[in-house]
Amino acid sequence: MLITWPYPNAPAEVPPLPRGGFLRSRARRLRWATPGLPTPYRSAVSMELVNEVLQTIVSGIAIGCIYGLVALGFVLIYKATEVMNFAQGEMLVVGAFLAYTLITVLHFPYWTALLATIVILSLLGMLLERVVLRPLIGEPVFAIVMLTIGLSYFMRSVVSMIPGWGTDTYGFRTPFTERFWRPGDLVVSWEHLSIILITLTLIMVLFWFFRFTRVGVAMRATSQNQLAAVYMGISVKRVFSLTWTISAALGGVAGILLSPITFVHMNMGFLALRAFPAAVLGGFGSIPGAIVGGLIIGVTESLAGVYLPVGWKDIAAYIILILVLMIRPEGLFGIQQKKKV
Amino acid sequence: MAFFQAEQMSVSFGGLMALNAVSFDVEEGDVFAIIGPNGAGKTTIFNCINRYYDLNGGRFLLKGRDITRVRPHVVAEMGIARTFQNIELFRNATVIENLLLGRHRRRRSNLFTEALFTRSVRRQEMQSREKAEEVIDFLDLQPYRDLPVASLPYGVQKTVELGRALAMEPALLLLDEPSSGLNMEETQDLAFWLSDIKEELGITILLVEHNMRFVREASDRVLALDFGQAIAQGLPGEVLQHPDVMKAYLGDEGAFTAS
Amino acid sequence: MRFEMKRSYYQDIRLFKYRSTFFWYLALLAGCILVPLLLDDYFRSQLTFICLYSTVTVSLMLLSGYTGQISLGHAAFFAIGSYTSAILTTKGVPFLLALPAAGVLSALVGIVIGLPALRLSGLYLAIATMGFAFIVEEILARWETVTQGNLGMLVDPPSVGSFSFDTELRYFYLAFFILILTVLAARNILRSPTGRAMIAIRDSEVAAQAMGVNLAKFKTMAFAISAFFTGIGGSLYAHKLTFISPECYTILVSIEFLAMIIIGGLGSLHGAVYGTAFIIFLPQLIILSKGYLPASVADQTGLEPALYGLMIMLFILLEPMGIYGIWRKTKFYFEMFPLYKKDTFRREKKYFKAERH
Repeated sequence: MLITWPYPNAPAEVPPLPRGGFLRSRARRLRWATPGLPTPYRSAVSMELVNEVLQTIVSGIAIGCIYGLVALGFVLIYKATEVMNFAQGEMLVVGAFLAYTLITVLHFPYWTALLATIVILSLLGMLLERVVLRPLIGEPVFAIVMLTIGLSYFMRSVVSMIPGWGTDTYGFRTPFTERFWRPGDLVVSWEHLSIILITLTLIMVLFWFFRFTRVGVAMRATSQNQLAAVYMGISVKRVFSLTWTISAALGGVAGILLSPITFVHMNMGFLALRAFPAAVLGGFGSIPGAIVGGLIIGVTESLAGVYLPVGWKDIAAYIILILVLMIRPEGLFGIQQKKKV
Repeated sequence: MAFFQAEQMSVSFGGLMALNAVSFDVEEGDVFAIIGPNGAGKTTIFNCINRYYDLNGGRFLLKGRDITRVRPHVVAEMGIARTFQNIELFRNATVIENLLLGRHRRRRSNLFTEALFTRSVRRQEMQSREKAEEVIDFLDLQPYRDLPVASLPYGVQKTVELGRALAMEPALLLLDEPSSGLNMEETQDLAFWLSDIKEELGITILLVEHNMRFVREASDRVLALDFGQAIAQGLPGEVLQHPDVMKAYLGDEGAFTAS
Repeated sequence: MRFEMKRSYYQDIRLFKYRSTFFWYLALLAGCILVPLLLDDYFRSQLTFICLYSTVTVSLMLLSGYTGQISLGHAAFFAIGSYTSAILTTKGVPFLLALPAAGVLSALVGIVIGLPALRLSGLYLAIATMGFAFIVEEILARWETVTQGNLGMLVDPPSVGSFSFDTELRYFYLAFFILILTVLAARNILRSPTGRAMIAIRDSEVAAQAMGVNLAKFKTMAFAISAFFTGIGGSLYAHKLTFISPECYTILVSIEFLAMIIIGGLGSLHGAVYGTAFIIFLPQLIILSKGYLPASVADQTGLEPALYGLMIMLFILLEPMGIYGIWRKTKFYFEMFPLYKKDTFRREKKYFKAERH
C-alpha cells in the first residue's frame, strides 16, 4: 500500500512513551481511533481515562456523522423511490477521489474543491438515475437491488482503472489537518470537529429545504403517495432525479469528510455497508433516524475498537443490526406499516 | 349453539375504534350478509377472523371452539376460507396452481417424502388435482385452466379466487365484496353459484356486500354496521327497511326510501 | 406448436413434459459423462466448479427465486459447509459422513437465520442476511482454535474407502452426481405441495396464510433446504481447493451467487445452471476479448470486475428473464415460426409504482 503525502515537510514524529506495557498498548489503540493525535500520556492517570473515553466518543461521533450522511442518502432514495441504493458507497469513493484530484493535482483551495465535488457528483447522480434507474421503475425489488449492486461493482472497478487513481491510497491536505482543539486536558482533532460541524450544517440545510421550499414539500409528497403526487401536478420523474442528485451529493461530501481519517482508496465504499445498519436502526423511512442511527453505530464501534478485543469493532455494527431487526424492525423512528387487505 | 358466534368484538387502531362490541351469530348453512357504508368495519371483521388483526376485546367461537387467538394458518385448517376485496391471487401461477394451493390444508406429506416424490405423495397429488378439476367444472373455468392469473380479466380473477376458497373444502366461507367490479351477468352467475354452494356443498357463507339487490336475493340474514358498531341484525327485508340503516347510507336529511 | 392431449392427472405432474424432452435429457447426461474424457484437466476443473457452484445456485434459486426471500449472505452457509467438512475430515471422519454433516450443520444455521426472516421481508431481509454473513466471516477468522483463523486450513481430497477422488476427472463425476441429486430433489420439491407453498409465499403472503400455509414453518424450511445444499456445495469446494481461508467467503462471493441466479434467469432451475456457467466462463471470455481492446484498457486489473458489474446491469436492464429467458424466447420463436410476433415478450412500461406495498 503506497501512501503519498504531497507535503512540503514530513509530518512531525510522535515522541516515544516514557512508560511501557499496558499504557503503551492502550495508547497504540487510541492512536488508531484518533489518527494524528499525540498520545495524552502526560495527563494524570484518572483524568486520562475520562479523557480517553471522551476522545473515543468524539471520534465515534465523527465517524457516526459519516455513517449518518451515507445512511441519509440511502433513506432519501428509499423514501422517494423504494429503491435500495447499494452504490451509495461508491459515491463516497468518487467524491473522495475527485476532491483529491482537485486539491492536489489542480491545486484548488479546499472549499472550492468541496463545492466543485458536490456539483460534479450531483450531475453524476442525475446521470445514473436517468440511464440506469429510470427504466426500472415499478420492477420488483430484487431486480433493483441487484442492479445497484452491479452498479457499485462497476463504479468501483472503473475508479481503479482511471489513470492517476488506480488502486493506491492517497491523502490530501485540508484546512483541518493537524490542528487540535484543547479544552482543558482534552485534545480533539479539528478533523473530527469539522466533520461534525459540516454534517450539522448540511442537516439544517436539508431540514429547511424539505420543510419550507416547494420542491422539498413536493418530494415529501411523492415519497408518501406517488399516484396522488402525479395527480397534483408534481413531476415524479423530476423528483426522482432530484432525490438521486441530493443523495449523490451527500455521498460525495461524506467521502471528502472521510478522507482525512481513512485516506482515499478504492475500497472506501465498504464503509458504506456499515451505514445500512445505521439506516435500519433509525428506521428506514426516517430522515432524523438515519443520522441518529449513524451516531449510535459510530460511537459503539469506536468504543468497541478501544475497549473490546480485536475483531469486535468490525462486527459491532452488524450485531446491532441483527438485534434491531429482531426486536424492533421498524427502527427507532420508523412506523410499522401493515398492508391493507 | 350457533355454528359461528362473534361476541363483543372490539378492535382499535391507535385512537380509532374500528369495531366496538359487535356481536352476531350465524346458523349452519346460512348465508349471512354484513352491510354498512365504507369504513364501517366490515372488512375488519373478516381480517380479525382470519387473524390478520388481533382483537382487543371479545372472541369468536366456531362450533363452540374459541378461535380468537389461534395462528392465522390454523384458522384455515379449521375450515374457514376467505376471498379478498382486492384480489390476492398468486399472480405468477396458473389458475390450476392457484386452486391446488387451496388444497394445502390436506397436505399429509413432509419434506423428505416430497423430495423423493414417493408413491403416497404422487397419490395425494392426483387426488388434489381431481378435486381442483371439480372446482373448475363447478365454476366453468375450463378455458382458463393453464393461463397465468395475471393475464385474466377481472371477473375471471374473482372467480378464481372464489374457486381457490372452495378448493379448501371449507366449513365457513368468507366472501369480501364478491360482486364489486362485476357486471350484471357476472353478478347473476355469482348469485347462482352462491345458492349452489349453499345447497349442494352445504357451506355456510359470510358475505360483505354493497349491492343491496344481491343482498336481498342471496342472503338469509343480514347485519348492518356503521362506524364500527352494529345497528341491526335480522332478515334482509327487516334490516334494509330499518330507519337507522337508511340513515347510515343516505344521511339524516334523507327522505328517500331505500329501493 | 405442440399440443398435448392429457389423459391422466399423472401427465400434469411428470418431471418431463414430453417424451422427447426425456430423450434430450438422456443425451445431455451421456454428453456430460463422455465429454470430460476428451477434455484436458483445466476444462475438467472448470466443469467441476460449474457443478459445485450450481448446487449452490440451484438451492439459492429455491430460496430467492421461488420463495422470494432475498439472501445476501449465502457465502456464510458455503463457508460453514466448507469448514465443517474440512474439520471433520481432518479429525478422521470419513468423507461420506462429513459431506452430509456439512449440509446438516449449514441447515441448522439456516434455521437459526430463518427465524428473524419471519418478521422481515425484501430489503430488510437482504440487509439482515448481509450482516449475518459479515458476522460469520469474522467468527471464522477469529475462532482460531477451531478454524485456524486467517492462516487457513489444509484439506485432503475426499476418499470413499480406498477410492480417492484426487484426479480432476474423478472429482468432476462426484460433483456432477451430487448436482444431479440436487436438481432432482429440487424438481420434486417444486412439483409437490411444499413447492407450491413456497411460490405462494413469494406472490402473496397474506393469501398464503389464509390458505393454511404456515409461514414460519415454510420460510424456515426454505432457508434450511437452501442452506443444506449450499453447505454440501461448500464441502465439495473445500475438498477441491484443498486449502481454504476466510478470505474465500466474503460478501463478494454472496453477490456472485446472486449474480449467477439473476443472469441465469430468476424462477427456473435451468437458469441457475446457465447463470453459473456464464459467470464461471466470463473470465475466459474477458481474456479472449482482451485481444480486441486497446492495451491501456486491457491491462487493467479492474477490467474483470468492471465487466462483471456491467453484465449484471445489462442483464437486468435489457433481459430480466436472464439467459433462460433468451433460450425460451428463441425456442418460442422457432416453435411459432413464421407466426412469431415481435412484441410477444414485451414488458409493460410502468411510470411509477401506484401502491406503496
